[in-house]
Amino acid sequence: MNSAAFEIVIEDTGERFTCAAGENILKAMERLQRKGIPVGCRGGGCGVCKVKVNSGAYTARKMSREHVSVDEEAGGVGLACRLFPISDLNVEVVGGLRKSVLAERLRH
Amino acid sequence: MAQSSVIRPGHISLRVLDMEPALVHYRERMGLQEVDRDAHGRVYLKGWDEQDWFSVVLREADRPGMDYVGFKVINEAALNTLERDLRAFGCTTERIPADELKHCGERVRFTIPTGHVIELYARKDYMGNGLGRVNPDPWPEGLKGMQAQRFDHCLLYGDDLDGNLKLFTEVLKFDLTEQVVDGDLKLATFLSCSNKVHDIAFIRHPEKGKFHHASFLLGTWEEVLRAADLISMHDISLDLGPTRHGITRGRTIYFFDPSGNRNEVFCGDYTWYPDHQPITWTADQLGRAIFYHDRKLNQNFLSVVT
Ligand code: FES
Ligand SMILES: [Fe+2]
Repeated sequence: MNSAAFEIVIEDTGERFTCAAGENILKAMERLQRKGIPVGCRGGGCGVCKVKVNSGAYTARKMSREHVSVDEEAGGVGLACRLFPISDLNVEVVGGLRKSVLAERLRH
Repeated sequence: MAQSSVIRPGHISLRVLDMEPALVHYRERMGLQEVDRDAHGRVYLKGWDEQDWFSVVLREADRPGMDYVGFKVINEAALNTLERDLRAFGCTTERIPADELKHCGERVRFTIPTGHVIELYARKDYMGNGLGRVNPDPWPEGLKGMQAQRFDHCLLYGDDLDGNLKLFTEVLKFDLTEQVVDGDLKLATFLSCSNKVHDIAFIRHPEKGKFHHASFLLGTWEEVLRAADLISMHDISLDLGPTRHGITRGRTIYFFDPSGNRNEVFCGDYTWYPDHQPITWTADQLGRAIFYHDRKLNQNFLSVVT
């Protein structure tokens, strides 16, 4: 059993939370009821949780190429729901929920 | 309104990032039955109460989403007629040879104005639901997870809803059953080729070809609650529900597969007949149209797609 835990810092908001080894950073954020990274499908498919890791080490599971290119992935960009820390991490939010045509219309 | 020679959505091909977790999800959690695999690594599944060989095809790829949805038509003559009518309408059609998907006859493939790929086919091998056709029992034992009965419909996101509506009603002879409008602008359209209140639906969205959800039928509201229990038991990514839709009256829950494709299981919408008139929802009542209890829009439900 690996009981290691790492500190994740969301640079945009200064939010800090703990992520256990083997847990993805989006899941840790949600479990601790923290905010900062937008949450979508939680499966590496929708792209809304896209982040850039500015410092620290992690492993990434397969993510949709629609949202993270090979170059981006090599440059530290990934989907938070598919990133597993192996050290403390500083991340910056890149993604977000798209505008919904329906919701826009409701506001008129 | 004319009855369509299209019978039902008969298959959907979904892309998944990793096959093994996808199979745990669709087979063990949703309760679809694995019925075949092919040389391309595709896995074929069906709901227990479907008669044809398969209704879901999973393919491993570098991005999730939908490859295509296939509709079964009544016979080969109808397939030829619809192919001709699609061409006359301005669609480019392509014939996919029989057995490119195992157990499936020739498919006529075309792209609709929202950029989604649709197929029509007349023949698929018969498997049955395992209960026999003489004095059958009502359900089979040994079903898994949510015990999904069948692939029922899909909801797709795209830009040219008006073009789709014209194609589906004028060429494929679907009925518009419900719609969401803002003045003259159609925001959502629900279309039927059968007695179901929707066989396919579209929501307006700036990008082409996006996939919102594939939906599977359950028997009762109690089964929808049981599906919700299974979602927590197995830590499946929940979108929302259980709740009631105003549109179609469906009792429903939404969740995601391990690659981020949205699924729905539902029960209890109403019967559509071809002499019915469509229902209209206005944009200012959108909250209750979509989630009848909350009466609030949910940004994730509206904008998270693959
Ligand atoms: S939440 Fe959809 S990709 Fe992470
Ligand atoms: Fe649905």
